[in-house]
Amino acid sequence: MTTDTLAPPVTVTVPKIKSELMQQRVRAARWFLLPMLLALAVVAGWPLLRSIYFSFTDASLTDLYGAEWIGFGNYLRWTTLESGVTRYRGLLVDPAWWNAVWNTLRFAATSVFFEAILGMIVALVLNAEFRGRSIVRAAILIPWAIPTIVSAKMWSWMLNDQFGILNDLGLRLGLLSQKVAWTATAETAMQAVLIVDIWKTTPFMALLILAGLQMVPRDIYEAADLDGVHPVKQFFRITLPLVRPALMVAIIFRLLDALRIFDLIYVLTPNSTATKTMSVLARENLFDFDKFAYGSAMSTLLFLIIAVLTMLYIWLGKVRFDGGDR
Amino acid sequence: MASIELRNIRKAFGAVEVIKGVDLEVRKGEFMVFVGPSGCGKSTLLRLISGLEDITSGEMLFDGKVVNALAPSKRGIAMVFQSYALYPHMTVYENMAFGLTLEKGHSKDEIQKRVEKAADMLQIRQYLDRLPKQLSGGQRQRVAIGRAITRDPKVFLFDEPLSNLDAALRVATRIEIAKLHESMDNVTMVYVTHDQVEAMTLADRICVLRDGLVEQVGTPMELYEHPNSVFVAGFIGSPKMNFISGEKAKAFNADTVGIRGEHINIVPGNGTWTGTVIHTENLGADSYVYLEMGTEEPVVVRLDGANNYKSGDTVHIAPMPDKVHRFDAAGKPIR
Repeated sequence: MTTDTLAPPVTVTVPKIKSELMQQRVRAARWFLLPMLLALAVVAGWPLLRSIYFSFTDASLTDLYGAEWIGFGNYLRWTTLESGVTRYRGLLVDPAWWNAVWNTLRFAATSVFFEAILGMIVALVLNAEFRGRSIVRAAILIPWAIPTIVSAKMWSWMLNDQFGILNDLGLRLGLLSQKVAWTATAETAMQAVLIVDIWKTTPFMALLILAGLQMVPRDIYEAADLDGVHPVKQFFRITLPLVRPALMVAIIFRLLDALRIFDLIYVLTPNSTATKTMSVLARENLFDFDKFAYGSAMSTLLFLIIAVLTMLYIWLGKVRFDGGDR
Repeated sequence: MASIELRNIRKAFGAVEVIKGVDLEVRKGEFMVFVGPSGCGKSTLLRLISGLEDITSGEMLFDGKVVNALAPSKRGIAMVFQSYALYPHMTVYENMAFGLTLEKGHSKDEIQKRVEKAADMLQIRQYLDRLPKQLSGGQRQRVAIGRAITRDPKVFLFDEPLSNLDAALRVATRIEIAKLHESMDNVTMVYVTHDQVEAMTLADRICVLRDGLVEQVGTPMELYEHPNSVFVAGFIGSPKMNFISGEKAKAFNADTVGIRGEHINIVPGNGTWTGTVIHTENLGADSYVYLEMGTEEPVVVRLDGANNYKSGDTVHIAPMPDKVHRFDAAGKPIR
């Protein structure tokens, strides 16, 4: 068979001399990008730069424009006492901050882990053919469609220690020996937040994974059936590698979301050190404690932590945003 | 090596019956081609043999044993899909070895030997490290065939394997499949196509299907020379057989007379029929003359070499008497 030729390797060659059409396209692309870049600069770029700037000042809510530059003082400063003892102060030695960092990371890792697994299971179920599939598909999206404030309030009632349905059910079924203050107790507060978040965002994960699953051609499963591949092996050797690109993108979306979690915790477990995350703590300092500069420093660090984690994830996970290698 | 026997096989999807009672025997080592128009159930029949679809009623026997409920992987079959169905994330080697690596009792060396042997047969050894997406359509189809060979099957199933290839590649791959059949003479092959040329060139025997029923089973020449019905007569052979009915057929004591284009002579005068040339096609080696003579479709005459007939010419034609097919009102042959 000499007629068929090898498919050319995929390489992007940039023509040295651009044709008029090419130049025209590049110009058009720049014009189309401009509004988006402008909007980003105004709503994201400027506030970000302002926050970073404020974190190096002594700004307070009452005197934003009279802020003076103090360098890294909000992050770390030290005074040496007469006794020779050096005392460190600032964000980097603030136990409340590191508690919030730890809470955030714990929350993000746990919630995304369970959402990925549950989302995969839901997606696999939704990908199967059965009667009423479209109704189930729509129904499963409901938790995600409810505004977080509403679902947080709803769950806060369900978890209520006096009147909550969960305590009632637990007692009647004999699962609990006494009523538990789920959101108020330090030991259960994080679990309560996790349960609500997993309940709320698993549908989102499932939908993104389902999109990936539907790209997998059906006939390769038939080929696998003929090869005698056990269904469990089919999942791990065929399905999982093929939805991996979609899964990785879904996980990073959720990870970014989880690392800046605020509303759910603010409503469900206000003022609990067991669940206080970076965003909650930053807001508290910015507006409640009138430590605007200190809060800005927290926001800046939060930004850096998320940026580093995201880059690490993309680099280690070899994530590709172009839809993978299909 | 296996013989396959189908006894009154029926298949229904919900209320729709697709296979309506098929009796068929595929002999050991035979190349059997299922052919028919789209929707005739030929692919479904192949999928019933493979076990990918459950049989609604009837019995399927491999070597005399009922396999109705046997899993596809235990039937000793391999299948080549129209869409290739290669695992996109695995290299050619992994694609071919995947089934074997999961089966117990094959050493790494043995698997490698089997993959390489199959790769050599199909001349795809240099592509073993590539991913399917780096191959052309023809190469992918050869990998799919190679994967099937590696399984060392008793029965080889092909589901329209050439449909996604371009014309030149289709011919080349067709020849390869024919060679493959010669070199694997102990393997039974079942091949589905809608292309009667593929059926004629590849088959030991052809099974013509229509509306979920077997219309005729026979060697290509049997079908060509002694079609069992108007349907088979019209389906097998290119150009299509000419059908003439009405008064002209009555002269032959038949409801419909069928005559192939290559069995009609143009005569100087006093022919059996007279027609007006409406179109000619010169293909070099042969040429077709389309005649208008009051039939439903124009009558095609196949001539050797080029011809000089022009539209509007009146010609006299005579069918070769021993090549005339006569059919009754039910479309059955009168012999």
